[in-house]
Amino acid sequence: MNKSSKIKMDPSTKVLKIIAYLFVTLWAVICIFPFVLVISASFSTESIISREGFGLLPRGFTVSSYEWVFRYPEQILGSYAVTIIMTVFGTIIGLFIIAMTGYALQRKDFPFRNALSFFIYFTTLFSAGMVPTYLWVSKLGLRGSYMAVFLQLLMSPWLIVLMKNFAKSIPYEITESGKIDGAGDFKIFISLILPMLKPALATVGLFLALGYWNEWYQSSLYLGSSVDYKPLQYYLYGIINQANALKSSVAGANVSVTDLPTNTLKMATAVVATGPIVFLYPFVQKYFISGITVGAVKG
Amino acid sequence: MKKKTNVAKVLKNNRTLLLMCLPAVVFFIIFNYCPLPGVWIAFTNYNFRDGIFGSPFCGLDNFEFLISSGELWKLTRNTVLYNLAFIVVGNVFQIVIALMLNEIRNKWFKKVSQTVMFLPYFISVVLIGAIAFNILNFDTGALNTLIRETGGDPLQVYSMPGVWPIIIFFCNMWQQTGYGSVVYFAAICGIDSSLIEAAEVDGATSWQRIRHIILPSLKGTFIILLLFALGGIMRGNFGLFWNLTGGVNSQLFETTDIIETFVYRTMTTQNNFSTSSAVGLYQSVFGFVLVMFSNWIVKKIDPDYALF
Repeated sequence: MNKSSKIKMDPSTKVLKIIAYLFVTLWAVICIFPFVLVISASFSTESIISREGFGLLPRGFTVSSYEWVFRYPEQILGSYAVTIIMTVFGTIIGLFIIAMTGYALQRKDFPFRNALSFFIYFTTLFSAGMVPTYLWVSKLGLRGSYMAVFLQLLMSPWLIVLMKNFAKSIPYEITESGKIDGAGDFKIFISLILPMLKPALATVGLFLALGYWNEWYQSSLYLGSSVDYKPLQYYLYGIINQANALKSSVAGANVSVTDLPTNTLKMATAVVATGPIVFLYPFVQKYFISGITVGAVKG
Repeated sequence: MKKKTNVAKVLKNNRTLLLMCLPAVVFFIIFNYCPLPGVWIAFTNYNFRDGIFGSPFCGLDNFEFLISSGELWKLTRNTVLYNLAFIVVGNVFQIVIALMLNEIRNKWFKKVSQTVMFLPYFISVVLIGAIAFNILNFDTGALNTLIRETGGDPLQVYSMPGVWPIIIFFCNMWQQTGYGSVVYFAAICGIDSSLIEAAEVDGATSWQRIRHIILPSLKGTFIILLLFALGGIMRGNFGLFWNLTGGVNSQLFETTDIIETFVYRTMTTQNNFSTSSAVGLYQSVFGFVLVMFSNWIVKKIDPDYALF
């Protein structure tokens, strides 16, 4: 496809190229714009923001809102610790179970593969819904426990299917050669298959990590305010909404609530809560893109 | 081949593989199968003291109430219409971006723009809600800042239900386009390059190439993705809707309330477990039928792509 640039371009092709560059640039700018807005806001002076509103550049550059975030660092650092622990352990444990299952379910010589695949897949077709799940998980005694969040994010049928598709692309001869050497299925999986699943592990691992890092829904259902340290995004949710609810409810009455010194603080918290996962992405992008392509083709 | 092999023997021969599946199977039994009997709650007048199976049975009362109040219709309409817009317009836009990316030859530009477009996919819906609030709120929002600076009247977006479909649609597109376009871009890259080269030798312009080679070969991917998406048309992106609208802002319900937000709100803020689960069950049953139906069609088109 690279050869095309050497062939003489006709005018309409040239026009298309210009449109392509403009269009992609425009959308990329739209994608990045809110990030700029948030970062600028986090470095702005509260009083100026209240008076003039948010802008694309920091208004009255200051790091004071970051100082505020870390002034009583116990909360934010506690949330960080909870989220990091959940993300790390959840990703590792989830990944291991998903890889194991995904590998077993695509083994041609495994007579239960279709039945078990359907058993797992069925859960996406029909679910009990929020209320029965909530009551059941509460009955298990998990309400108010980090475990309610940690366990429920551990795996999903979709990730198992994705892993299964990856594992399918590994030739069966590898498994066979292990068998001939007298290795058991688990040994084959650990020493032969797992190293070959690296791109899959990166992709599925990123999905898991993303799920844990951005989790707020299960936390809002099962943790509420019963834990000392809320997971990061749920902590952010609380910070953002305690002021939002107030504002959107009075906005209709046309009242200005400008004396809440929270705007820049919220944005600084948002930056602190989002930073790590965004920085992680460029390092795994290659695997991730190849991964979702495999996943999208089937599954 | 094998005729009536001893069940115990088959189990024993596959014990390692079975054990490898065990954690996942136990997981789904606990968190997905065990709650299933609980759907009974939709037919009861639930109270905490008596529990799901002790609460008085009330037949279809919960559903009747939802239908007669017009709530069920409104929720269905909103959920389906939003999804239709996301699916159809969203996919078309993703294809356009993928086509444009394909025209770009500069590797560095391609890589950087892909990375940037993917960025929104990585942030939590909580932050998306906060960003939208920063842009749209009455007092300090960037939009109203701009309007004030140009001498206009600021807008009270959070009490204008009419504009929210556009806002929500745009935010969804903002978050999903990077992801979706990568899928289509990969499909374009998978097209037999000899076809494209032959067209170039014949003097086809880029436009002709797109029209006669690329688009026709994307048709399969598009239809399959579309059909699966249609199977999920009763399911909404709860986090996005909840965080964008604030979830409890009743001024916006008419245009922004979807099944998920209703279920969540009814349970968490009104403690109305019966009504909430009735809507949830309606969604599950309807969604199940739709998935089966779309899978059936996919199977007719291309059995390789069918889910089961």
